[in-house]
Order: sequence, then structure tokens, then C-alpha cells
Amino acid sequence: MNQPFATQHLIEVAYLVATVLFILSLKWLSAPTTARRGVWAGELGMLLAIAGTLLHHGIVDYKWIAIALVLGSIIGVPLGMVHMTAVPQRTALSHAFGAFCVTLVGTAEFYLRTPDVPPFMMAVLAMEVILGSLTFTGSLMAAGKLQEVLPQRPITYMGQNIVNLSLLAIAVGIAVYLVLHPGARRLFPLVIGIPLVFGVMMIIPIGGADMPTVISLLNSYAGLSAAAMGFVLDSKLLIIAGALDGSSGFILSVIMSKAMNRSFTNVLFGAFGQVQTSATAAHEARTVRSATAEEAATILAAAASVVFVPGYGMAVAQAQHKVRELYDALTRRGVDVKFGIHPVAGRMPGHMNVLLAEADIPYDRLLDMDAINPDFPQTDVALIIGANDVTNPAARTDPSSPIYGMPILDVDKARTVMVIKRSMSPGFAGIDNRLYYLDKTLMLFGDARGFVGEIVKGVAGGGR
Amino acid sequence: MNSDLITSLYVFVLAGFIGFEVIRRVSPLLHTPLMSLTNALDAIAVVGAIVLAGEQKSKLATVLGTLAVIAATSNVVGGFLITDRMLKMFKASKPKKP
Repeated sequence: MNQPFATQHLIEVAYLVATVLFILSLKWLSAPTTARRGVWAGELGMLLAIAGTLLHHGIVDYKWIAIALVLGSIIGVPLGMVHMTAVPQRTALSHAFGAFCVTLVGTAEFYLRTPDVPPFMMAVLAMEVILGSLTFTGSLMAAGKLQEVLPQRPITYMGQNIVNLSLLAIAVGIAVYLVLHPGARRLFPLVIGIPLVFGVMMIIPIGGADMPTVISLLNSYAGLSAAAMGFVLDSKLLIIAGALDGSSGFILSVIMSKAMNRSFTNVLFGAFGQVQTSATAAHEARTVRSATAEEAATILAAAASVVFVPGYGMAVAQAQHKVRELYDALTRRGVDVKFGIHPVAGRMPGHMNVLLAEADIPYDRLLDMDAINPDFPQTDVALIIGANDVTNPAARTDPSSPIYGMPILDVDKARTVMVIKRSMSPGFAGIDNRLYYLDKTLMLFGDARGFVGEIVKGVAGGGR
Repeated sequence: MNSDLITSLYVFVLAGFIGFEVIRRVSPLLHTPLMSLTNALDAIAVVGAIVLAGEQKSKLATVLGTLAVIAATSNVVGGFLITDRMLKMFKASKPKKP
């Protein structure tokens, strides 16, 4: 103990204050009015913790630390400045970075400590490294799919789940062996390597529509691996931060899978895109009603209340700013305009809200599914922009539908339904949407951005 | 299992409960910023990496520690930056004109 007693205590106090600030940070995030304060609290906590750590008595050389801090900041700034549509892949990438950090530290600790590692410690260390490495490659894969560098369509093959689960089982088996024989250092690369492969295999069968759940799940894993690292380093601060992150990811995963009426296992082990291949053929004969932008503008302008239902298609078409113009034009005419947002709209939890907030739509106009559904029967027009499966009434009425039981936005209860859609092709899941064949439904065929722009012109020019 | 580990387990379980109760209250509006903020906070793993990079116990540990600091720092900087950028955009309606 050659460190002055006081410094040791100073570090501990800095960590304690940082812990409090982290919890406050998440607490303040609960409402948009206090949320930015939450970010500041988090930043202050982080600064204190890093400053405290730099006083650590074990540190003999600051050169590499300084270089790494500078390099990390240089990489971090562009990652913080990405476009809002790219936030899901950025988030996946940062899960990968977090997991990478944890895996590297775990690896270094393993080689520093073995062979004298007590069994419990080795078990935690193995968990840290397994979770860390599978989260690393899994998140990279997710980021690649979201960025569309990799094919978004699920890739499945016979016996996929068996292959994946055996991989994981082998990794865990080797980890157990290491717990019992910490001296068997040669086996350690397998405890990293196999989960790295598993991470890739785990994401291969997952399609774009499942990304919100998968990102949340990876978030949870990243948190848990950091908490495990906290056990290894005996750092309460790290355990707490990891537990907070882990529970956050877990809660979001639960919300996302409930919103899709699916279990975790179903998301991870049952590729969605494969469910139905012939669903479209049965409905060929049915007719739909379509309308022009002028007609749509007339109906919207005459309405008293309108609910917009945006989906990922709106983000793909970059239509959110045009949607905002339409919102403005209608609001000016005294129409009450709200947005109904399904929990899985977009490619990560809450993504749609961020895109609409970026387009300057006030957040009190953005309502989640449970808040907006009771309003639909009193709504004159529901305008669907780039959403599909989350509006399909078959989820309520048709037990044979693959999405039966999934909570949906009850747009079919509105007096008139308008759907902006490129063509009649089915949605991501390949399920035919019977909403489109209702008598009250008008199909507006075209590109979301262009079509909304036309409607705006119609509303603005449609007399005073 | 020594008492340190037991204490750590208590801390983990209690923090998990706090996280659950606090995060449950976060409005669905803010789920994306929530994820980027927890990501930044989770990068507190940087403290472990800093010690590893500075202790110079072995060449391997220094190299891995340095790489780990780079990864975690980019999460800290990028995570806080993007969270704040997102939250700045959330504005309430202006009060209605008569």
C-alpha cells in the first residue's frame, strides 16, 4: 500500500458521485423537459470517473492512455454526428465497440491472472469474454445489415438452430473446463473465437423488421458483459453501469417483442421472412380504390381530425420534412393533426420519434400506440405513410394470419383511411394487408416524399 | 466465494432493480436517446481499460488496454454527442394563438 490513503479515498468518492450522477442521468431522461439535464449529469459523472481513475496508483505510464483517449475522441466525434436516419446502425456499431473493449480487457486479465484464478472469478471472466465477443460480431453484423452493406433478408438453412446452439454449448463447455482447470490457457482462444463465430451466425437469419428487438437484446448483452467485467475488476461503478445498461436493453427487448407479439426465442430462432411464401396469390381478384393527390388534399383539408401513421417507409423515402409541411398546412387550416407511432416503427426503439422531432414536429403531437388507439373511432382521416404490417386488421381478426395477436394501430376504425404506397406489393413480412381492400380505404400510389409534396400543394392551393 | 464477491452480487442485483424502475418510466418517445445514453454510460468500462493500459504489467495487457481505451472513449464521446443532438430536437408545441 504505497499509495497515500487520501488518494485512494478520493478515487472511491469520485466513483460514488459518478454512480449517483449516472442514476440521476437516467431518471432525468424520463421526460423530454428534463432529458438534456440527464445528458449533462452523465457527462459530469463520466468526467469525474475518468479523472479519478487517472490518479490510480498502479498507473506507471500515461503515454498510451493519452494517445488512446485522443484517438478515441477522434473516432467518437464523427460517430456522434451521423445523420438521424443512420442512428440504428450507429447504435449497433457502438454496442460492438463496447463489447470489443470488454472482451479485450477480459482477455488481458485472463493472461495476467491465470493460473491462480478462483473458480467463481474464472466463471465471471469467461462470461465476460463470451458475452463480449458474441455481442461484438453480432452487433457488427446488425450494423452491416442496417447500413445495407449486408443483405437485409434473413438467410436460413437446414439445422441452423442446432448448429448455432451447439456452437454456444461448445464455448460454454470449454469455459466450464477452464473454471475447473484454470491452467489450461491454450483453450482460451476458443472461448473468444467460438462466440465470435456464434455472433455472426446468430444475426444471419434475422431480417430488417426484427432489428428493433435484436438491437435491444444486443444492448442488454453489452451491459451484462460490462457488469461481468465489473466483477472481475471489483469495480462497483462498472457493475452498476453494466446493470443499468443491461436492464435498459432488457426492458426495451421486452417492449419490442410484445409489440410484435413474439417471444425472444421466436425472434432469435424463427426467421420471419420465411413464414409465408404464397400469401399474396389468394387476394388477386379483390379491388382497391385509388385517389389522386388533389382528391386526397380535398379530403384532408375538409377533415376536423387527422392521424398520420408513419412507418419505416417514410424514413427510407426521406419524406419526414414533406410530412412536416403537410402537418403545418393542415394545422394552419385548423385541422387537428396527431401522429400515431407503433413501438416497432423504424429500425430501433423510438427511432420514428427522433426522425419526426428532427423534422420539427412538436413531441406532444407524437402519440404511442396505446395513447392513440382510443382516438381512431373519432378520427376523420388516418393517413398511413410507409407503414404496413402494423396497420393490418388481420392481426386482430384472423387467427390464421402469421401476425395474429400482434398489437396494431386501429387505423381501420377511422372514418376514412388513406395509404401512401409505391405499389400493391406486400410488406416486409410478405403478408397481404386487408386494410387496403376496405371500402373506406383510398390508396395513394406513389413515392412517399413526392406524393406528400403534391398533397401539400393541393392543401395550400385549395382555397381559403 | 469471498465476501467481496458477495457484496458485488448485492450491488449488481440492487442496481438491476434501480435500472428496471428508472428505465420503466422513460417515455417511448425517448427510447432511441435512452439507448444511446446507456451506451455512453456503459462505456465507463474505460476506467478498467485505462488502468490496464497504464499499469504496463505485460506487453499484451498494454496493447489490449490501449485498444480498449480507444473503443470505449469513442463510445463516450459519440454517445453523449448524439444523445444531446437528438434531445435538442424534441420541442413542445408553441402555445396556441387565439
